[in-house]
Amino acid sequence: MPGESNPRVVLSARGLRRDFGAFTAVKNVDLDVHHARVHALIGPNGAGKTTVFNLLTKFLQPTHGTITLLGTDITRTPPDKVARMGLVRSFQISAVFPHLTVLDNVRVALQRPNNLAVQFWRPMSALDRLNDRADELIAAVGLTRERNALAADLSYGRKRVLEIATTLALDPKVLLLDEPMAGMGQEDVGVVSDIIRTVALDRAVLMVEHNLSVVANICHHVTVLQRGEILAEGDYAEVSQDPRVRTAYMGTEEA
Amino acid sequence: MTHAAQPSPVAEPVRNTKNAATVQIAFLLAGTLLLVLAPLFFYPIFLMKILCFALFACAFNLLLGYTGLLSFGHATFFGGAAYFTAHAVKEWGLPVELGILVGVAGAAALGLIMGFFAIRRQGIYFAMITLALSQMFFFFCLQAGFTHGEDGIQSVPRGDLLGFIDLNSSTNMYYFVLAVFVIGMVVIWRFINSPFGMILKSIRENEQRAISLGYSVARYKLGAFVMSAALAGLAGAMKALVFQFATLTDVAWQMSGEVILMTLLGGIGTLIGPIFGAGLVVTLQNYLATSDFPVTIITGVVFMVCVLVFRRGIIGEFYASRLGRRLGFQHRR
Repeated sequence: MPGESNPRVVLSARGLRRDFGAFTAVKNVDLDVHHARVHALIGPNGAGKTTVFNLLTKFLQPTHGTITLLGTDITRTPPDKVARMGLVRSFQISAVFPHLTVLDNVRVALQRPNNLAVQFWRPMSALDRLNDRADELIAAVGLTRERNALAADLSYGRKRVLEIATTLALDPKVLLLDEPMAGMGQEDVGVVSDIIRTVALDRAVLMVEHNLSVVANICHHVTVLQRGEILAEGDYAEVSQDPRVRTAYMGTEEA
Repeated sequence: MTHAAQPSPVAEPVRNTKNAATVQIAFLLAGTLLLVLAPLFFYPIFLMKILCFALFACAFNLLLGYTGLLSFGHATFFGGAAYFTAHAVKEWGLPVELGILVGVAGAAALGLIMGFFAIRRQGIYFAMITLALSQMFFFFCLQAGFTHGEDGIQSVPRGDLLGFIDLNSSTNMYYFVLAVFVIGMVVIWRFINSPFGMILKSIRENEQRAISLGYSVARYKLGAFVMSAALAGLAGAMKALVFQFATLTDVAWQMSGEVILMTLLGGIGTLIGPIFGAGLVVTLQNYLATSDFPVTIITGVVFMVCVLVFRRGIIGEFYASRLGRRLGFQHRR
């Protein structure tokens, strides 16, 4: 796997813990996400992967632990601010704006960074100057033909692709993708794998993924979560040989 | 990233936007002509009442239909602005234009306060907080000196518009109200079809996603709340001038309920629906006021029929009907 020899840490968590009443969903999670690396978070259902995502992006408040983004402590920062600092996430359930067109979906993401979000006195055509950049992003994920279709009318896989385009519109420093390939057709998996590989040349990517062949192909580093705790860590080859991981994944390993 | 666009099974949706635009302009012209000629056929005060409530309902719909927030306290802005304008014109002797401005600014300020407390909560909690705050405002108005309690502010002078158009003539007053109404509608239309309106729409569609794109959702909602309050205030200010009277009725919770009924009847989330809803409710009230039949029972029945049979409201159902779609309208959701 290629990668920088000494990549810098852009997002890190120390001693992350989250309780829901008496139930501890996540405990003692230390995580370092590096610039220009694709980092996979894997584990059986209910292992706490999505909770970790929600904690890192501040959609949930950790019970204990600290989170640092680009050298700044964000443990108490609200989620929209975290997004503005460059940590942008996607959701496990596809997150598009269904009754907006593909173009408008991408433009909504572009509006804020281009200071076109609060103008209530300007016509909608003021947004047309975002079209070039939006079309670039749409072309990059292969949605040009569906540019003017409503997002609700896209197939599931295409919605996920659109979601990635809107996420990239923010030019994030760190990208958190929650099961980006889930429910996708094979050709979309290829497209998204290539996109992720390309964007990771200049960004950090942390992704939850169940498709282990994808993980093997594009991820530099793998963290295995089980029952809210880190079970193993390392590159894919190391992790996949780990007997504890093999036990946890018995019968589900496809790689 | 060098992906060729892949063939996709999704067809381009058929959109008659050109057709729709033509039809809309035709309807708009017809409607304007109707409103300009209406005082020849109807009692002007009655028409002005409809216009004031229509603007009120459209302002309310800006929040319910386009932001997805159900406020149960909009009487505060409507009736509050009526008091402010009446007081400014009568006691301070301000010209009408400034008096209206005082009313609108006051309503916007009240909106900022109420919105600040309510916006963090959703659904029924949001509605209850707005109701509670508007009840507090009602009792404030009952006790405060300048509102004259049960008597209200009476014989508010209309004065002259721009110093030379005598508003005591009901024809002049009618066209003034009509002009303000049209300005209000243009403001609402622009607000909805603006970059800000696009963000509001995205928040309504998927709030979590909007947050994850870095939008401070609460601030956008507050912006819409204040705008809605200010426009409701504009309607209330006009009503105080039309009737030369500001009363407790306009700040009471029943008024907040009435505007919900008007909006629902006309069609939530349609630009012009609430105008029809307001027209219907005001007409019903006016005709039934002289009969022995209790108005509240009739409006209650109308409300139930609406909820049971035509949930999209008059205009919403028209847009969704075969004729409406053939004309190129779209009803969202």
